[in-house]
Amino acid sequence: MFTSFKRIIKWGLTNFWRNGWLSTATVSIMSLTLLVISVLLMVNVIANTVLENLQGKIDISVYFKLDTSEEEILKVKSQLEKLQEVENINYVSQNEALIKFKEKHKDNPILLQSLEELEFNPLEASLNIKAKEANQYASINQFLEGVYYKDIIDKVNYLQNKEVIEKMHKIIVDVKTGGWGLSLLLALIVFLVTFNAIRLAIYSSREEINVMKLVGASKWFIRGPFFVEGIIYGLVATIVTIAILYPIFYFTSPKISSFLPISDIFSYFKANLLSFFLLLLIVGVFLGGFSSLIAVRKYLRE
Amino acid sequence: MIEFKNISKYYHGDCIALKDVTFSIRPREFVSVVGRSGAGKTTLLKLLLREEEPTEGKILVDGRSIKHLKEKEIPAYRRKIGAIFQDFKLLPNKTAYENIAFAMEVGGRSEQEIAEDVPQILSLIELVDRADNFPCQLSGGEKQRVAIGRALIHKPDILLADEPTGNLDPLHTWDIIRLLCRINELGTTVILATHDREIINALGKRVVSLDRGRVIRDEENGRYIV
Repeated sequence: MFTSFKRIIKWGLTNFWRNGWLSTATVSIMSLTLLVISVLLMVNVIANTVLENLQGKIDISVYFKLDTSEEEILKVKSQLEKLQEVENINYVSQNEALIKFKEKHKDNPILLQSLEELEFNPLEASLNIKAKEANQYASINQFLEGVYYKDIIDKVNYLQNKEVIEKMHKIIVDVKTGGWGLSLLLALIVFLVTFNAIRLAIYSSREEINVMKLVGASKWFIRGPFFVEGIIYGLVATIVTIAILYPIFYFTSPKISSFLPISDIFSYFKANLLSFFLLLLIVGVFLGGFSSLIAVRKYLRE
Repeated sequence: MIEFKNISKYYHGDCIALKDVTFSIRPREFVSVVGRSGAGKTTLLKLLLREEEPTEGKILVDGRSIKHLKEKEIPAYRRKIGAIFQDFKLLPNKTAYENIAFAMEVGGRSEQEIAEDVPQILSLIELVDRADNFPCQLSGGEKQRVAIGRALIHKPDILLADEPTGNLDPLHTWDIIRLLCRINELGTTVILATHDREIINALGKRVVSLDRGRVIRDEENGRYIV
């Protein structure tokens, strides 16, 4: 049993080496497949980061009338926090609003002077609310429109931003669905291309399979070396892919970071190198081994 | 040892390859099966190798019908029968040594046995100095000798030779025939399918003549008459 296993591995390795050109061609095609899959993964990671970034920029602010006590505002805050849709709430008191206002307009002395001349703080306290999903602002707004809050709320800026928020939400959903759809389609295409490349490689060995049968080799003894060869295709292709991706990310990362609101892709790639390698290895080995078994099966039955 | 009992084989329903073939072969016999192309010689050998099954009739080897062999038993059965073919059927990516050793490996023989037996066979077929050559580096005669070496490695009781000299020049042809005779003298039953009149007439052994799938003649010390 162990001897057979050892011989199957030996022949798998020998065939891989001796079928030099065929192995190179198959490994190249499989590397391209893994490259496409890696790029798709990275594009999805980048798109998600960009979308999260955009989503983080959406919020609504509730402004309270000047005579509302802090206690009442905090009560509204705690009630809002009980809502499932709410991610977090930031309370900005009248004083904080004033400080922010002064900071923002420090270069505008006229505005600041006119503010000084007023004997009270004209800025309203507010709650900045972030929802978990962009489409949940409508229901948060509906909650705030309840009768109980009408007397203390001056305005909610949801209505002014409604259109932008909804458009943004639509873009986020579209990009996510479209991205996944496109990725799946491309992944399927490259999968089929690789599958056929391996089938063609084994097609050239169909006569050999027949000879092995005549010599009295068992099905596993015939199948085994091809299966091992398929696994080696996957293994070598994974190493080649990582070796290609490493410099690509190294050189393109600063450029991508300069026009997209994301941090360094190369660092992300480096930090996840092992899981990335394992993921590609699993895909490659599975694709190689599985395609080989399917292809050999056809000629074993003939 | 081998009995063909009322064997018929039809392809695609009505194309007759063999019709009601009955004869038997004794242990250590050298039998030539002759006939024109399409007479049914190769089909007969394919049935004996269990590459195909007869449409009617049965084949007994050592008293056992090979029709009832289970799928799993076929590899072991084939290892008991050596076979050589007109197109040699060597593994192109393996050297002469490896082609012969491969037949032992599939039978689960140990590395030590392989290291002892393969050189012996190589010297029997006089190819010791070509052991590390791939089939594409060997001549037709040398390829066929490797194929014979591979067929003999299990010390089979039966050796099937399907037009083994079809692709060889006269010099190599006689090399191969002499080798087959020697193997037969050492105790192996040899079944030779050929349409080479000269060989048959020179051998002076049993000849079974086929014509359009039927046995038309079966003679000891026979000659090729069609």
